Amino acid sequence: MSDIAPPTLDLRAATIAVRVRAGELSAAQVVDDYLAAIDAHETDVHAFNLVLTDEARARAAAVDDAVAAGDDVGPLAGVPVALKDNMCTRGVPTTCSSKILEGWRPPYDATIVDRLRDAGAVVIGKTNLDEFAMGSSTENSAFGRTNNPLDVTRVPGGSSGGSAASVAAGFAPLALGSDTGGSIRQPAALCGVVGVKPTYGAVSRLGLVAFASSLDQIGPFAHDVADAALVLEAISGHDPGDSTSIDQGPLELTTVLEHGVDGMRIGRITDLPEGADPDVVERVDQAFAALADAGATIIDVSVPAFGYGLTAYYLIAPAEASSNLARYDGVRFGMRAEAPDTNAMYIATRTEGFGAEVKRRIMLGTYALSAGYYDAYYGRALKVRRRIAQDFAAAYAQVDALVMPASPSVAFRAGDKTADPMSMYLCDTYTIPANLTGEPAMSVPFGTGADGLPVGVQIITPALHDARMFQVAAELERRAPAS
Amino acid sequence: MHPVASLAVVTDTTTADHAAPWEHEGYEMVVGLEVHVELDTATKLFSASPHRFGDEPNTNIDPVTLGLPGALPVLNRAAVEQAMRLGMALNCTIQRSTFARKNYFYPDMPKAYQISQYDEPICVDGWLDIADGSRIEIERAHLEEDTGKSTHVGGAGGRIHGSEHSLIDFNRAGIPLVEIVSRPDMRSPEQAREYVSELRAILIAVGASDAKMEEGSMRVDANVSVRRPGAELGTRCEIKNLNSVRSVGRAIDYEARRQVAMLDVGDAVRQETRHWDENDGRTHTLRSKEDADDYRYFLEPDLVVVDPDAAWIDSVRASLPMLPAARRQQLAAAVGMEPDSEAVRVVVDRGQDNYVLAVGAADGDAARAIVHVKEAYAEAGDVPPVPAGDLAELTKMETAGEITATQAKEILTVLVDNDGGDPRAIAADKGFEAMDTSELEAMVDAAIEAQPDAWAKFCAGEKKAAGALVGAVMKASKGQADGKAVNILLNQKRTQ
Repeated sequence: MSDIAPPTLDLRAATIAVRVRAGELSAAQVVDDYLAAIDAHETDVHAFNLVLTDEARARAAAVDDAVAAGDDVGPLAGVPVALKDNMCTRGVPTTCSSKILEGWRPPYDATIVDRLRDAGAVVIGKTNLDEFAMGSSTENSAFGRTNNPLDVTRVPGGSSGGSAASVAAGFAPLALGSDTGGSIRQPAALCGVVGVKPTYGAVSRLGLVAFASSLDQIGPFAHDVADAALVLEAISGHDPGDSTSIDQGPLELTTVLEHGVDGMRIGRITDLPEGADPDVVERVDQAFAALADAGATIIDVSVPAFGYGLTAYYLIAPAEASSNLARYDGVRFGMRAEAPDTNAMYIATRTEGFGAEVKRRIMLGTYALSAGYYDAYYGRALKVRRRIAQDFAAAYAQVDALVMPASPSVAFRAGDKTADPMSMYLCDTYTIPANLTGEPAMSVPFGTGADGLPVGVQIITPALHDARMFQVAAELERRAPAS
Repeated sequence: MHPVASLAVVTDTTTADHAAPWEHEGYEMVVGLEVHVELDTATKLFSASPHRFGDEPNTNIDPVTLGLPGALPVLNRAAVEQAMRLGMALNCTIQRSTFARKNYFYPDMPKAYQISQYDEPICVDGWLDIADGSRIEIERAHLEEDTGKSTHVGGAGGRIHGSEHSLIDFNRAGIPLVEIVSRPDMRSPEQAREYVSELRAILIAVGASDAKMEEGSMRVDANVSVRRPGAELGTRCEIKNLNSVRSVGRAIDYEARRQVAMLDVGDAVRQETRHWDENDGRTHTLRSKEDADDYRYFLEPDLVVVDPDAAWIDSVRASLPMLPAARRQQLAAAVGMEPDSEAVRVVVDRGQDNYVLAVGAADGDAARAIVHVKEAYAEAGDVPPVPAGDLAELTKMETAGEITATQAKEILTVLVDNDGGDPRAIAADKGFEAMDTSELEAMVDAAIEAQPDAWAKFCAGEKKAAGALVGAVMKASKGQADGKAVNILLNQKRTQ
């Protein structure tokens, strides 16, 4: 954080909420402090596509009024939250960092926006992302890249790089991102914050602009595990508006954070794909040692299909994306290029509106689903997906949780991987399998690696066992090296 | 039974016309039908927008209908039930089913994919028996959403080619449809027409759809091929745009003849989609197989499996009403006609069979009632305004010979105009009095005496000659005499 001043406010979300509820701190003051931090450093970081200055102030004033009136303002009272700009906000531009959504203001709020409001939170802005969440560095944005607040020559990771950076830079105590192949966990690791992808279906996707529907999941960024648990409790729980939402109440996480890992069986995958940098591997080894010290048993397990996840993902995700992104045709919303007839209008709109990576994935996905290729590509990828789930299930017969790197490296320099899509795709090697299986996974900062940049350790548990994952994460957080 | 009554009912012997199997130049036709039906639901298949016909364009829309970013479909349970109802009525198995995305670009397809059941439809392996006794097998019936409606302005005949611009109404987008796919079991235009008619009657009876072909809530595509009897299936063409039962028959007949003509000169039939033009009575190429879209189907990730449990299936099954075939049997038995007779078909199609049965239950004459209902109640709806008891009373008067058939019709007109009434009071008002048999016999004798030539001809077997004699009696009675009773008397006198 060399060239960035420390956050204006050094309070955790939980503390802010408690003090706002108690009337000790005004939500208006909190918002103004964070807005001031944004004002001071946003030019260097470029975390936001849009800062909602007026809306946030109005909302904070409403929270303060409610507190004054004695109302229960919720567990996130007065807490600013930054939203990845692929989550719909009523009347407020939602761009997915794409030109093609130019001018579009959704006529509705995403379910998570409703839930945040019900919890008393204040949406402070919409954060930058790789266009339509396709990327691992937040360099694929139509509005310019986001910089890592810890070293602005480096990327914050992606695709939720703006959300990760906003928390790391002290622009908001909390942010939400979406994770399709690692888009929360990898930027969390690179920015040194906590990032959580809960069980698929734990958080409603209604109002999240779809990239790959069977993989997309919303989750939080926070400075610590407790704050992540707090916001995840507020936004999770069944939503009848999302058919894939799990039919159960909100996750219960904040109560388990002190439970420790004594007696827990932690799996170390022996056949994990190679490619992690030595500094990262070293920190992960230390994490296993720390968990063993805390009373856990470390058990070697095999997940043979793990390494095929990346290939399967780069067929399944683009296939779904090719369909999800077909609606951007210039007919009903967003950008429309002028052309003499309908077909030419479609082509011109999509040619001008989408960036190169989005087009690449639409083509990949269209190809993978095409007659004559379906069985060899998409169909086979689905089989690999099932196989990975079976291998994970077999591992869970022996262990309670799996621990591994979140990212193969610390934050890399901007431009390092933009010329070679494959090298960029490899950033997601360790994060993708949990998207394919729907299992909860999170990244917790655990010391630093090369150049003093943070390393994230990833924890994965069986579906619906988000609380167990938080238990492990809280233990790792308590035992994290000082630097 | 009173002799007059038996005369009254034998007039209706018309049954559906079962033509001989279609054959042309030694070829037979093979036809399978795909019928799209709009389900009767309050809201759309995946959103809460109203499902209504005829509203202002683009008023029944919402983020799901428009395919806005972030919108998600939620399956309408009522639509699933309707699909189950019609599937059960078609003797299908109800099974675990899924939805897929059918991807293609078209301005009236908001998401650029249609959500449709694909390889796992909810209803499979059923059948439908048609009037000629044939059983047409149903391969599947699956749920899908309708598209919006495009109106092309400025081109010839409303076609997109050459139009200046197009208007799109998304009210129809997302309306629940079921596509019912038959096996290629039909061999003539008549069978196809009967299949469509019977299917329509079933859909209406179970309340699954209003099945109005003219409003597009029931649309038929026909797969037609020809072959030498017993040979392998020929190459088929799919005909679109069949929006009446009559068009179905005409288009299939035309298309089969077209294919035979091609084969006869040594050409091969090309697999293609063809458009039926009602005006010129021909089918025209829409697109060939080579131009067909690759729909890139895959499982819809925004929806979950639909797997109705036994309790749900049983409760839907228990709610099914009696089906048209059974209702025709029931009505036919009550009125003493064939189930296939025109009056029985018409009255059941109109849903007026329960009314006729009610007339019978009120001690009326059901056989007379069905004739009245068929003729006088065409516009009356399924529950006619005249109370069944009033019509029962009228038929009793007829049976007792108190009024003639002509008088009965006149009274019925008054009853219909006034939503019922007392037939006896109306008869009295009109001065209809039962004619004494001796009085009528005297009039018949007078007519015979006045026209000996006619009587002689009648006795010689010239039945037409009776007309002059009956006419004379009617004139003498000022129309009060019962023509049928006069005929009976004349016949009796001839054989005496």
